[in-house]
Amino acid sequence: MDDFIAARSQMALSLGFHIIFSCIGMIMPFFMAVSHYQWLKNGDPVYKNVTRAWSRGVAIFFATGAVSGTVLSFELGLLWPEFMKHAGPIFGMPFSLEGTAFFIEAIALGFYLYGWNRFNKWFHWWTGVVVGVSGLLSGILVVAANAWMNSPAGFDYVNGQYINIDPIAAMFNKAWFPQALHMILAALTATGFAVAGVHAFMILKRKNVRFHTKAFRIAAVFACIGAILQPFSGDISAKSVGERQPEKLAAMEAHFKTEAKAGLIIGGIPDVKNETVRYAIKIPGALSFLAHDNFNTPVTGLDAFPKDSRPPVAITHYAFQTMVAIGMLMLLIAVFYFFTLWKKKKWLEKRWLLKLFALATPAGFMAVEAGWTVTEVGRQPWIIYGIMRTRDAVTPMPGIVYSFYIFTAVYFSLSIIVVFLLYRQVKMVGQLYDIPA
Amino acid sequence: MLYIVMAYLWAAVLLYVLMGGADFGAGILEFFSTQKSKDKTRNVMYRAIGPVWEANHMWLIIAIVVLFVGFPVIYSTMSIHLHIPLVIMLLGIIARGTAFTFRNYDAVKDRMQVIYSKTFMYSSLVTPLFLGIIAGSAVSGKIDLNATGFVEAYIFSWLGFFQVAVGVFTVTICGFLAAIYIIGETKTEADRLRFITKAKHMSIAALIAAALVLLAAFKDGIPLTHWLFGNPVSFTCVILAVVSLVWMWVSLFRQSTKWLRIIAGAQITLLLVAITYEHYPVLINLKNAEGLSLLIHHGSDKSIRALAIALLAGSVFILPALFYLLYSFNRQEEPAA
Repeated sequence: MDDFIAARSQMALSLGFHIIFSCIGMIMPFFMAVSHYQWLKNGDPVYKNVTRAWSRGVAIFFATGAVSGTVLSFELGLLWPEFMKHAGPIFGMPFSLEGTAFFIEAIALGFYLYGWNRFNKWFHWWTGVVVGVSGLLSGILVVAANAWMNSPAGFDYVNGQYINIDPIAAMFNKAWFPQALHMILAALTATGFAVAGVHAFMILKRKNVRFHTKAFRIAAVFACIGAILQPFSGDISAKSVGERQPEKLAAMEAHFKTEAKAGLIIGGIPDVKNETVRYAIKIPGALSFLAHDNFNTPVTGLDAFPKDSRPPVAITHYAFQTMVAIGMLMLLIAVFYFFTLWKKKKWLEKRWLLKLFALATPAGFMAVEAGWTVTEVGRQPWIIYGIMRTRDAVTPMPGIVYSFYIFTAVYFSLSIIVVFLLYRQVKMVGQLYDIPA
Repeated sequence: MLYIVMAYLWAAVLLYVLMGGADFGAGILEFFSTQKSKDKTRNVMYRAIGPVWEANHMWLIIAIVVLFVGFPVIYSTMSIHLHIPLVIMLLGIIARGTAFTFRNYDAVKDRMQVIYSKTFMYSSLVTPLFLGIIAGSAVSGKIDLNATGFVEAYIFSWLGFFQVAVGVFTVTICGFLAAIYIIGETKTEADRLRFITKAKHMSIAALIAAALVLLAAFKDGIPLTHWLFGNPVSFTCVILAVVSLVWMWVSLFRQSTKWLRIIAGAQITLLLVAITYEHYPVLINLKNAEGLSLLIHHGSDKSIRALAIALLAGSVFILPALFYLLYSFNRQEEPAA
């Protein structure tokens, strides 16, 4: 492995790890707030127990997310110093605002976790909401910074110089809104399915059923709202990518030749050498329609770009297909769940419904990782799209491979410990919260 | 606007040293506690730092963001030449932050607690040690932008007697700050006396480490005495810090703890003023080259203005909330069960 690949792998690993914790940190506070509200309003102690149990989970995830986020703010420079030297002042605005949002989140979390019975109960509840809102803001801001790498704005690039810098225009680049919307809905869906799945599994095991049922219902509703809205946001995102980064869209769709009535490719194995896709299902005109709302409009293919400026097709295509496939499955589950809530209440108790959710536990996060792969790998070979190549941004220090190995070991063990801790949290629900099964 | 940004950078570094330092120190004190008193020490400390724990470490994020948005050349130079100590510090931050939280939130209290505690204590030593090494490297002038060999460019930039001495000094300062901070949080007389003793030990350790830094500077040919005594402001700061040390010891021996936090905070502030006043506006001294100045290597004016506004606006939200957090959890009454 050469140092450049090692640096990219380390960055991918760090982001891929951090994204899970930040998604949960963004969304869980809202689940907590709903459950907490139910307790304050109706006085059902099960809701209090659910809230407390969730808040312990949030503490674990927040701490892990906070340190992995701190690491990232250094890794940007440690791995990509040439990029940060130029990009820092341009796309720094969201980061400087994010500092505030993250700080507020940490303060509010201190109030919330240590504030039981210390404050006015509504003030205490409200600090929990603040954790969620500031977490959400942090997420939007960080994604806006990433969006700038896809859609550079707020400067002029003249003879290798970055001039007329405007950090506000950089923050509100063309990609920030579609990307932020897609990310938030993804976080909502992924966290919702993960949490609902764990509780469904516990109900199936007939452990503390009342506790887990209340927790499941809250998470499942959020998850399904997210899953139903996400395809719309996905459509907005895909159109935006097609407009700004046609080669990324082409790689996502494994669309090699520019043509009118472009077909939508489902599945298949991209053959980059011969610029075809084997064993794929092709729906004529569908890609033109999805990208441009018209079956006849031509869609730019990879052939419009020199070979050294094309993103890796296979990875981008597979990741995109995985994301969409999982998204569609979650959409089906969501529609079905709402139908059940609306018409078939008695199905709610059925084991097969719970099994469905238990099986879907990792689905959302798999889609998140796949989607993140699409946006990052699909931007290659650029670190700043059209301006700076990733290879030119990497640190001159040799031996990054070892750093990559160390971080892999650290994140791998951390993942195991976090799963282990969650397992213990869930297993101990009966003893900790003193609820009859 | 540039001055506002520089002021924030300075303040964030100071607050990180004070609050983050006290936080690191909690782990250092635990490390140096006898096996018997470890649990007691841990309980008092946990109650004292638990609620503000996450917030203490945000100052580092603020400082690093100011650096990469406002002074990108300085940030990227540091990132390249101090890569190794930065990575070790980061590994320390990961280990420490997670171990502390896992220890508290693990639903089953079994032998895993020992692993969390060990991780927490060792990383509480390693992280400030390397923070100190990084700070020492910034002033030592050993970073050589023209070095070609791996060892010359990426090892000798930070590994030296002086830098390590600064690291050790940082560790002792953290322990000292933690002891002083926790004295005010103790609930029983026995705890109070125990932390007063710890504060005495740590202040002596800090003095020894300071002597080590002076010795190392002399040996490595770093004009530290010139920096500290060569201009009236730094000179006055150092003298004030030393004088207040006497006052502090008298207070510690009389067990009068009223002013301790203020004295300790002032001492650290004075030291930071002394060293930064001398070097201003240079943030990083280089070997055989002009040091990296904050007044030269800053981002475009518009970026600096946006950053300053973001920082000022952020303060409006952060500072009242943070004060209220510290205030709320400092009130003496225990929560009703």
